[in-house]
Amino acid sequence: MSGAVPTGLYEQLASQLSQVTGFIYPNEVETHWSILIVVYPYLTGIVAGAFILASLVKVFNVVEVQPIYRLALLTALSFMLIAGMPLQLHLGHPERAYEIFMTPQPTSAMAMFGFVYLWYLLGILLIEVWLEYREQLVLMARQAAGLKKFLYRALSLFSNDVSPEAVAWDHRTSRIVTIIGIPSAFLLHGYVGFIFGSIKANPWWGSVLMPIVFLMSAIVSGIAMVMLVYMVISLLRNQKLDMRCLDKVGLFLLVAIIVDFALEGLDYIHRIYQSEESIKILGELVSVKLFNSLVIMQVALGMLLPMLILSLVRSRRFNDDMRKIMYFVSVLLIQMGIFSMRWNVVIGGQLFSKSFRGLMAYKMELTGMESLLMAAVLLSLPFIILAVLSWLLPARWMEEHGRPAH
Amino acid sequence: MNKREFLKDAIIFFPAAGVCGALAAQAAGNDPATAAPKATPGYDPTDHWYGMGVDVDKCIGCNRCVEACKTENNVPEEPFFFRTWIERYSIHADGEVKVECISTKTPEQRLAEQDQPVDPDVLRTFFVPKLCNQCAHPPCVQVCPVGATFQTKDGVVLVDEKRCIGCRYCIQACPYGARYLNPLTKTADKCTFCYHRITKGLLPACVEVCPTEARIFGDLKGKADRLVRFQRENMISVLKPDLNTEPKALYANLDGEVR
Repeated sequence: MSGAVPTGLYEQLASQLSQVTGFIYPNEVETHWSILIVVYPYLTGIVAGAFILASLVKVFNVVEVQPIYRLALLTALSFMLIAGMPLQLHLGHPERAYEIFMTPQPTSAMAMFGFVYLWYLLGILLIEVWLEYREQLVLMARQAAGLKKFLYRALSLFSNDVSPEAVAWDHRTSRIVTIIGIPSAFLLHGYVGFIFGSIKANPWWGSVLMPIVFLMSAIVSGIAMVMLVYMVISLLRNQKLDMRCLDKVGLFLLVAIIVDFALEGLDYIHRIYQSEESIKILGELVSVKLFNSLVIMQVALGMLLPMLILSLVRSRRFNDDMRKIMYFVSVLLIQMGIFSMRWNVVIGGQLFSKSFRGLMAYKMELTGMESLLMAAVLLSLPFIILAVLSWLLPARWMEEHGRPAH
Repeated sequence: MNKREFLKDAIIFFPAAGVCGALAAQAAGNDPATAAPKATPGYDPTDHWYGMGVDVDKCIGCNRCVEACKTENNVPEEPFFFRTWIERYSIHADGEVKVECISTKTPEQRLAEQDQPVDPDVLRTFFVPKLCNQCAHPPCVQVCPVGATFQTKDGVVLVDEKRCIGCRYCIQACPYGARYLNPLTKTADKCTFCYHRITKGLLPACVEVCPTEARIFGDLKGKADRLVRFQRENMISVLKPDLNTEPKALYANLDGEVR
């Protein structure tokens, strides 16, 4: 059987083996969940966070956030369409992925992924977007001609009724779908946290707080992403930013990041205070392997600094331009911090031996199926989809045509 | 319908529904028993509950079990894939515990190490054979999203390589590092207790070649079985008992430092 292992894999494993310190079980040299599994919770978190931001308008009637309601919905949809791809590409047998739907194992947290994902995509997001844009699509189809007319007709699912009663029904139903959507969004990302949190074999993952920490960080990343997209799109279109909206969203972001920080802090304090068998190796993990990505990037630059900036913004001593810059810097830092958090959970959890006696290494490939390049492609795809969706379903079409956006 | 008719219909209905259900499950390929390798005719898995005893004091670290396992089960030779392996522990006077896996070394390296002078600071050294613990309550089976990893009725945890999607969740869930992703099949792989042998009445390859009988394979349901005798004659420990996996790899003379 000698030489049966592909050369690329052998070289990667040999390189990782050379960086092992202490004792590890021999099967632990390979990092089984790679950069793609870091990308997956990052994308899913943005979906859940963006949807919850949108629900502030629909369910909680936060009027200041109205200008970015549609953008938040489309952001959630764009990221949702790609969220499953890193998982699919990571499988040893991607062609068998359908088995998760055909023969799901009821005791497996992962088996429910397909159903939760499908429910959220088909049962919530697509219906919500359709209800939101249906009236506009019908009106656009009436004005367009040829292929474009057919496209808009098809997107409106060939509906034609834009009577006040029909539109009122759209709004009512949309509100109900959003109300169902909030717990669904909680389920979507809380569930991702449960996949990790329920692994008792791994003390870095196995924590009852994991689902709730994932959820709060999802809300933080989703709100920050919608803010970022809003600012970039407005800049590209040379449109004026609605500062009232930005300030309100900035306030929600600050609250979310404080709660997230408190929860993650509680998790660490709890672990340190309990000081169980694994605490020594986890301490080494943080100080040797994750110092830069956890202490510097995730906590200091990705949480504390934006928290400070967002708090300073609240002092109202800054003019609009200054606040825009402060928000922009904050949301960029937050994205980096949340991505680092996903990295620290997924990769960090595979850098120490379950014998608690040694540390492993992860050497990321630059090209290939589970590489930096593939991660970059997957991270850019939602933005391309968002650009196409914004072109197809212009967020401000209603205002331009003299009808108020609802 | 009176009571008599109802009972009569029920007597016919329930077994019939059971048969239909079993047929449907089999047609859908859901029955784990169908995925297990074919056993000798007349073999009834429900009569057995397999386990393995390991006497740490008897292991001399010859690594023959590891080599036999790799040959018998086509495990890739590269030192990253093991269904079973041997760890060497050195307990030092100052309390330091040095552990290494001797199975990842070449035979030449192992020979050269035998010639090293004895370190006076070392209180004692011993070898610990490791393998899948064939847990009675296996976390790997619990997490498999498609049921490709399953427990047979005779208590062996197997992987159906035709169904495994290669998500590696089971590898993450195993507390003992006993699983790897087979680079050839791209599916999860692990010790099967040589299921293709034991169901024919043979011993697992590692047990067959062990020169000191450090490994005892047996049936925990057999009253006069060697493994039951092994349990009776030794103080038994299992690895990571706090995780409630209920391992069936039963260790005698196990040091508390072993995880």
